[in-house]
Amino acid sequence: MQFGLTEEQEMIVSTVRSFVETEIYPHEADVERTGEVPPELAEAIKAKTIELGFYACNFPESIGGAGLSHLDFALVERELGRGSMALTHFFGRPQNILMACEGEQIERYLLPAVRGERMDALAMTEPDAGSDVRGMKCAARRDGGDWVVNGSKHFISGAEHADFVIVFIATGEEDTPKGPKKKITTFLVDRGTPGFTIREGYRSVSHRGYKNMILEFDDCRLPDAQVLGPVDGGFAVMNEWLYATRITVATMSVGRARRCFDMGLAYAAERKQFGQQIGKFQGVSFQLADMITEIDAADWLTLAAAWRLDQGLPANREIASAKLYASEMLARVTDATLQIYGGMGLMDDFPIERFWRDARVERIWDGTSEIQRHIISRDLLRPLGA
Amino acid sequence: MKVLVPVKRVIDYNVKVRVKADNTGVDLANVKMSMNPFDEIAVEEAIRLKEAGTATEIVAVSIGVKDATKVLHTALAMGADRAILVEATDDQENDIEPLAVAKILAKVVEEEQPGLVLLGKQAIDNDCNATGQMLAAVLGWAQATFASNVEITPEGATVIREVDGGLQTIKIKTPAIVTVDLRLNEPRYASLPNIMKAKKKPFETKTPSDYGVDVAPRLEVVKVVEPSSRQAGVKVGSVAELVEKLKNEAGVI
Ligand SMILES: Cc1cc2nc3c(=O)[nH]c(=O)nc-3n(C[C@H](O)[C@H](O)[C@H](O)COP(=O)(O)OP(=O)(O)OC[C@H]3O[C@@H](n4cnc5c(N)ncnc54)[C@H](O)[C@@H]3O)c2cc1C
Repeated sequence: MQFGLTEEQEMIVSTVRSFVETEIYPHEADVERTGEVPPELAEAIKAKTIELGFYACNFPESIGGAGLSHLDFALVERELGRGSMALTHFFGRPQNILMACEGEQIERYLLPAVRGERMDALAMTEPDAGSDVRGMKCAARRDGGDWVVNGSKHFISGAEHADFVIVFIATGEEDTPKGPKKKITTFLVDRGTPGFTIREGYRSVSHRGYKNMILEFDDCRLPDAQVLGPVDGGFAVMNEWLYATRITVATMSVGRARRCFDMGLAYAAERKQFGQQIGKFQGVSFQLADMITEIDAADWLTLAAAWRLDQGLPANREIASAKLYASEMLARVTDATLQIYGGMGLMDDFPIERFWRDARVERIWDGTSEIQRHIISRDLLRPLGA
Repeated sequence: MKVLVPVKRVIDYNVKVRVKADNTGVDLANVKMSMNPFDEIAVEEAIRLKEAGTATEIVAVSIGVKDATKVLHTALAMGADRAILVEATDDQENDIEPLAVAKILAKVVEEEQPGLVLLGKQAIDNDCNATGQMLAAVLGWAQATFASNVEITPEGATVIREVDGGLQTIKIKTPAIVTVDLRLNEPRYASLPNIMKAKKKPFETKTPSDYGVDVAPRLEVVKVVEPSSRQAGVKVGSVAELVEKLKNEAGVI
């Protein structure tokens, strides 16, 4: 067993850390204030990422990615987690589900996504189907040789910048021991397809500038060429590829917690009340001790889950534990740091209130904490017949 | 033209250094170490010369502990072509002195025959600002220190130097020694493909005895202390009081 980073990993971490500090941090306050990322800035971040060879680094080398392991990629995302998500979005990491592209889809979607020419978004959630993905109503029916789609999706991150969206759509129903369930198919839908609209969503308290959009399908006609993976095989496609986004939430939470913690630590060593540094009060110092312990625990839990994936070991429960623990750790660490800052912590002169707000969504998206607990407990109890 | 770039492993510039309790030096235990920032600028300049077609090969060299390998790998990841590590000590507290470093570098120069040696103007740990100058003296080569612009010309090089309160432009003949200042350039990030390639580039390990150089210290560090902290100021009530204090307490007017 070996807990150190290799030299390559150290260099990767140090490059991405410097990138985030120099190319992302200086623009964060503006994005937070305006809720927008200026297009020139987005393009500049993307161009620099491509130049550095980090764009789509989660994809295999054979198709132009960097072939990073799950562990290496988790380290990249941990550093990216320090910066504003609205901005690091352009440090492009397309959905690895695109590896399911076949035939001419490879030229139309996979390769341009890896090269940074076309950006993607991923849509499952609907107003009436969140945790219960298979309760979705957005449906496609056969018409001639095509599919005709009706329905809507909401909370779709990054769709305002997307050239195409990977959409999960119901294509029928099947009887299961637990009653009828929707059959799901994955579609690739180009922006501009007739009958497909992307419009502004809600204003979120977390991650200003990283918008969530609403997708509407109104008799939207899609040929078979737009089906990703097998027809009715969407649930399997989802399960095969989407675990990665939960590692992303976990490792980004660790990175952000670390940035926030370092500010809290520095403040505790500087700020004086009652004639001494507040860090000298046990009430403050013990909080710092608990925070760093939890950050490290979340970090190792996450890296170990990524390592399991690299080893080809089962990792479903471990990934769920990492996502659950890291996102809840981030909530505690940002809250405690804000407390250490006192009233100033609430003011937007410091990024602490932002970290605290941003932390809230991590326990909700990519599977709520409750859903993660469900996955973990089912993994434990199902083999026992309970 | 081949370019030689010596790089030093130093305490990372972000680390808040702490003097050891016995005042013999600064605490290096569990402290992040990195490439001397001025040396990064030297590496960057060498890479730019190569990109411009002026330099043909970049050789990075480091003299110190085995762990300086990492600093050399960083140079390779930035774009240097090969590296030489001279393992001069196994104790990181033992800072090899500029004269010994210059003597070893002179031997490396003899072997490698570079047209230009680009060094940082100083290392941020001991701030000696001496190695480049000593190397020029040992070799009898021209030198330009504190460079903020380097232009290679058919005759040699034109270097703009940062001097107190201004800039000085000088022409030197090559082969030459140039030490670089902060404003010369902004070092690039190591790209991911280069990071992955770094360890596959040629890497030689040597010892000072290979070059017949004795690295035993010639200097004795007597004492290391923290910089004195700034004294708290005082508020004065009136101009008259200020003048009185400047005259009688500070004795400056
Ligand atoms: C800012 C933002 C961006 C998003 N981006 C995307 C995106 O890009 N693409 C996408 O497809 N989706 C996206 N989502 C959707 C996100 O994944 C869902 O919000 C999440 O899955 C929860 O669904 P819901 O909000 O409908 O909550 P619900 O599923 O309605 O849950 C409500 C509450 O009930 C609890 N609950 C539900 N079922 C159970 C159960 N079985 N046991 C115990 N408790 C349960 C939940 O934990 C939660 O506390 C985004 C969401 C947000 C907020």
